[in-house]
Amino acid sequence: MVTDNSEADVKKINHILAGYKGESNLLIQVLLEIQKELRWLPKEGLIRISQELNVPLRQVYHAVTFYKAFSLVPKGKYTVTVCVGTACHVRGSPRILDRVEQTLGINSGDTTPDFKFSLETVNCLGCCAMGPVMVVGDVYHGKLSLDQVRRILDSYD
Amino acid sequence: MEKITLNIDGKEITGEDGMTILEVARGAGIDIPTLCYHEKLEPYGVCRLCLVEIGTPPRTRLVTSCVYPAADGLVVKTRSERVIQTRKMLLELLLARAPGAKIIKDLAEEYGVTKARLRKTATFCILCGLCVRYCAEIKKADAIGFIGRGIEREVMFIPEIATESCPPCRECFPLCPTGVLESNFRLVQSLLFKK
Ligand code: SF4
Ligand code: FES
Ligand code: FES
Repeated sequence: MVTDNSEADVKKINHILAGYKGESNLLIQVLLEIQKELRWLPKEGLIRISQELNVPLRQVYHAVTFYKAFSLVPKGKYTVTVCVGTACHVRGSPRILDRVEQTLGINSGDTTPDFKFSLETVNCLGCCAMGPVMVVGDVYHGKLSLDQVRRILDSYD
Repeated sequence: MEKITLNIDGKEITGEDGMTILEVARGAGIDIPTLCYHEKLEPYGVCRLCLVEIGTPPRTRLVTSCVYPAADGLVVKTRSERVIQTRKMLLELLLARAPGAKIIKDLAEEYGVTKARLRKTATFCILCGLCVRYCAEIKKADAIGFIGRGIEREVMFIPEIATESCPPCRECFPLCPTGVLESNFRLVQSLLFKK
């Protein structure tokens, strides 16, 4: 579980922060690094970042809530992103999304209880010719059909 | 400081280099409505209410006077048809957000904005940032900030700091054009059962 890791999390955060003391202009970079390492940004971490980088906490919160890349709740090991852009939409992405939601048992924006998958939508990935598209982790699955969904998701562990 | 002369609403007005149009106009007693401007704070340029028309026809454009630097020879109209029309629209939008705010209601009346064409989607905060900027620039407490973006943008007290800094200060409350700041603060306090 996530909360059990909090001590280890703090260690990791301190380790990352060690190289950035007072570097207030590197806020986003530090946040990205911590997000990547922990898959979320715990509150204690934000406070530590504010202290170490010498950036007001309000600015840290502002940045964290502004960019979609950051999360204030723990994310799953894999992020599943279903494209719901126009091109994918006309090629059936709403049904793909439904199927993914059913298969994972969560709604878009949520994370499975085992923290394996987080589900998100996006409004075009720039590869419309491959539509409908779903990205799992950093692998693009294009020209998707409904019955491929489960197989693809099952292939991740 | 070098003297500059502007033509505002047909009158020659002198100001100093480095001033904004708003400062020059106000210095001469010309009234330009503002919501997000505050003398002691860095100009922010978000409410757009202070817009004026600059240039000579047919090449004129609308600029926000609180952030636009005054320059020698600049021709400014503070109450042209275009300015009034645009300001009316802004007031309609602001009213939909903060229907009860006295400053906004008064301005709306002054500009003859009466019919409510827009559905009220009251968030009460108009995101003028006066509270956030006052807290950061003057008090240097950073107890309040913006979160989210786009239509989800809102003002939030930073709990870790606000619980300590805000109760004895409260200096930003009277700055808030809509009063929502104090309401929210009181709400949170009463939820916490604190005096
Ligand atoms: S709470 Fe009031 S002062 Fe603060 S941004 Fe909103 S309207 Fe402006
Ligand atoms: S609409 Fe899906 S990739 Fe462009
Ligand atoms: S006073 Fe100029 S934009 Fe608000």
